[in-house]
Amino acid sequence: MSEAHKITLATAWLDGCSGCHMSFLDLDQRLIELAEKVDVVYSPIVDTKELPPVVDVGILEGAVSTEEDLHKARMFRGRCQFLISLGDCAVSGNVPSMRNTFDLDDVLDRAFVENVQAQPGRPSESLPTLLRTVLPIHHVVQVDLFVQGCPPSADTIWQVLTELMAGNTPDPTQFTRFGA
Amino acid sequence: MNLEDLADITEAVAAAAESRRHCVRVCMAASCQSCGSGEVLEGLQTQAKQNADDGVCIKPVGCMGLCSAGPLVSVDSDQPATALLYQDVTVDDTEDLYHSLGDQPVERLRCRTDVPFFARQQKVVLENSGIIDPEQIDDYIAAGGYRSLMRAVTEMSREEVLREVKESGLRGRGGGGYPAGLKWATVAMAPEPHKYVICNADEGDPGAFMDRAVLESDPHRVLEGMALAGYAVGAEHAYIYIRAEYPLAVERLKTAIKQATKKGLLGRRICETALSFEVEVRLGAGAFVCGEETALMASIEGRRGQPRPRPPYPAEEGLWKCPTLINNVETLANIPAIVGKGGAWFKSIGTENSTGTKVFALAGRIANSGLIEVPMGIPLREIVHEIGGGIPDGRRFKAVQTGGPSGGCLPEQFLDMPVEYDTLRSAGSIMGSGGMIVMDETSSMVDVARYFMEFCMDESCGKCVPCRAGTVQLYGLLDKIADGEATPSDLELLEELCDVVQATSLCGLGQTAPNPVLSTLRYFRHEYEEKLRPESERMPRMQIVTLDD
Amino acid sequence: MTHPPAATNPAPKVRVVTLKIDDHDVGARETDSILEIAQANGIRIPSLCYLDGLSTWGACRLCMVEIEGFSKPVSACSTTATEGMKITTNSARLKRYRRMILELLFAERNHVCSVCVSNGHCELQDLAAECGMDHVRVPYRNATYTIDSSHDLFRVDHNRCVVCTRCVRVCDEIEGAHTWDVMGRGVNCQVITDLNQPWGDSQSCTSCGKCVQVCPTGALVKKGTAAGEMEKHDDFVPYLAQMRKRQ
Repeated sequence: MSEAHKITLATAWLDGCSGCHMSFLDLDQRLIELAEKVDVVYSPIVDTKELPPVVDVGILEGAVSTEEDLHKARMFRGRCQFLISLGDCAVSGNVPSMRNTFDLDDVLDRAFVENVQAQPGRPSESLPTLLRTVLPIHHVVQVDLFVQGCPPSADTIWQVLTELMAGNTPDPTQFTRFGA
Repeated sequence: MNLEDLADITEAVAAAAESRRHCVRVCMAASCQSCGSGEVLEGLQTQAKQNADDGVCIKPVGCMGLCSAGPLVSVDSDQPATALLYQDVTVDDTEDLYHSLGDQPVERLRCRTDVPFFARQQKVVLENSGIIDPEQIDDYIAAGGYRSLMRAVTEMSREEVLREVKESGLRGRGGGGYPAGLKWATVAMAPEPHKYVICNADEGDPGAFMDRAVLESDPHRVLEGMALAGYAVGAEHAYIYIRAEYPLAVERLKTAIKQATKKGLLGRRICETALSFEVEVRLGAGAFVCGEETALMASIEGRRGQPRPRPPYPAEEGLWKCPTLINNVETLANIPAIVGKGGAWFKSIGTENSTGTKVFALAGRIANSGLIEVPMGIPLREIVHEIGGGIPDGRRFKAVQTGGPSGGCLPEQFLDMPVEYDTLRSAGSIMGSGGMIVMDETSSMVDVARYFMEFCMDESCGKCVPCRAGTVQLYGLLDKIADGEATPSDLELLEELCDVVQATSLCGLGQTAPNPVLSTLRYFRHEYEEKLRPESERMPRMQIVTLDD
Repeated sequence: MTHPPAATNPAPKVRVVTLKIDDHDVGARETDSILEIAQANGIRIPSLCYLDGLSTWGACRLCMVEIEGFSKPVSACSTTATEGMKITTNSARLKRYRRMILELLFAERNHVCSVCVSNGHCELQDLAAECGMDHVRVPYRNATYTIDSSHDLFRVDHNRCVVCTRCVRVCDEIEGAHTWDVMGRGVNCQVITDLNQPWGDSQSCTSCGKCVQVCPTGALVKKGTAAGEMEKHDDFVPYLAQMRKRQ
């Protein structure tokens, strides 16, 4: 298979703990096998800074919590042929969404004032605006596949990717579930 | 009490009426009272006192029907179509009105009675409404009341009473449309010695006030119907479950029960027989779901008003696990006439599968809002455009909502459809208890659906998941659509959710909650679609929910 | 007015019927519910509020099945068998309904599995996996319910409650204390101890812990358990129910 026919893959890390990306790295030696068929064109684990205009498969980890997340989710949807929500945060909001039941001002004060010893105070610039409500990816853009788990195991990710590469639509519920 | 006593009372009432020069009737039902008919009544009584004119009888009566023109006052004739009728009467008018008796009518207050609103109606349930004093049992007896009960318990067998009800083809007026005769027969057949009769007066549909008017205007009719039901099925105890939001109806019912018991028409040894029939009033504490029969019975038993799966049906296992007959107010109010005049007579009114008359409460964008009684099978157009007087302010008719939160919206193309249980159902609505809300071109159907969904969401008891957690999501989706923030996938989800809530909810409340959405989607889909934005502009709802308390 | 004495009739004779569940021919007593018959024959019908040994509640609507000749599905737990019934337990339509009902439950309150003490031992979580409910399409309601930790041994987290009333029923029917009940309506429904007093102040609670064991989710838990540690055992219920019946 020549370079030109490699499947392009982009991943991004929105509001989550990066555990899903760690799980992806847990593919270990299978990453080498993957690299023969897949070209990771944009990801926190590669150097590229720009999402190419057309990508075969997009994977989003984390929930949509900020204007920045919203922008990224929309950009991924616009450019990726097939979009995957990876992990419970992306699929359900999970832990980040637990702030939804609190007032946003209270959340900010707790994070930047009450629990801070040195120079307490809310940051005024260079941070993306928080959304009122943390949302799963599919409440913002259309998603093609949902992979649950906190995080989904490397085996789950491998199953999903190999099925996809074989041209099939995987059924992740066979390997994983909420909270797994 | 026996038939002769009834005849004596009738004669005495007639003689008293004869001795009067004039009889002035003032509507004292809740609607007219709320716009000041109490003061009008007092004003007229003061006039009578001042003029020391014994020849004039000032009589508080029940609903005359045309609620939008209240307070209503009628003079002399006991038939609204021939009486001199005054509308929008205030206490300041009472002097003029009083002095006009026997002279030229007060033209500025006159309400035309030669219009379809009065001429096209046919009254069975409401035959005494607006004519007799609901707080005087003698008035009801003079109008022919308690004859059916008396004759039934002394001259007819239980089977004969049952046969008349079956023959009449009467169907449940509470909304279900289940054949009353069949229900009665099932309870009658039950071998258990203890049985109950329940009158369901927990009328809760927004825009419906039929049962309230019947109870406020002619409570004895309902009691007589209940006693007949008790005789036919073999029950000696009965409950009237009525919502506490109807204080006037409750008061009049209690008065009526007291009067009837005193006269030996209710209680122990009724009508000089060995039979007993005791009626108790139970107040509902404001839950719509308690109109559902299993929830209603739970509430009477002192438990949480929540439905349970059926079967077993109440006829088999009802109140305190005893066979129980539950009928709605209007159903029972038809019974004295059916037993008195015969099932065949009742069957001659209306259509083959929907016999008799039906009381409707007209509300919304319609000229004559109020209470009407018409034969079944009458075209919708006649109700809306003739009896109802059409749409005010020169606007166009758009839809009529029948059946309350369980019903649906019917557009213009159905105006010539006969109003029957089955035709309404085939058109995607239901007869329901008889609320009719008329909408004109300015009404948004999405808003209508959202309104009814909000009602169902608030009234869901919370027992089953699809109704508890589903109606709240349906409301949210409708709200999103109404606000122009929804996409086609939201509409798709709305339709799927409607299907789930309808098919899987435990009781009628949830099963029918999607009806207003489904019927507006069926006939006014474009109004939904016009409000959608493209899928690429998906807008999440960012809101948090605070709990009630 | 008094209500009548309980019927003292001897137990009526129970007939045996044959019926078909998903093309399996099965025999059953006519007093058995479809759900009981299915379980006895190894046919799985998802359910949540049903628990062997407790009275039938019929509220979760997950056990809906189709019966030939019926236009609407019925709940298997509250429908008894009749001769010749043909039942389908797993049609595409029923799967769709179950999935949506689970979505509604997950959206109604806070069911974040990853940090729940019942993670891995939760019937709601298992049902989601079983029914293929892999994401919730309706908006999450994000409502805040309370947590009551006033009891010495147990805790109730209403955010995880699905209002199945198993706790209410086991407390009333097996323990006989009737500490639990339900208040409010619609989405504001909530299980309560006594007259909505803190559980720790309850005069009627015997601290037997049956409610905790029968709770299908992480709503009723033992104190001191961390994420994933709360395992439950409700297999004692049918045994105790039998014992109570014999008394």
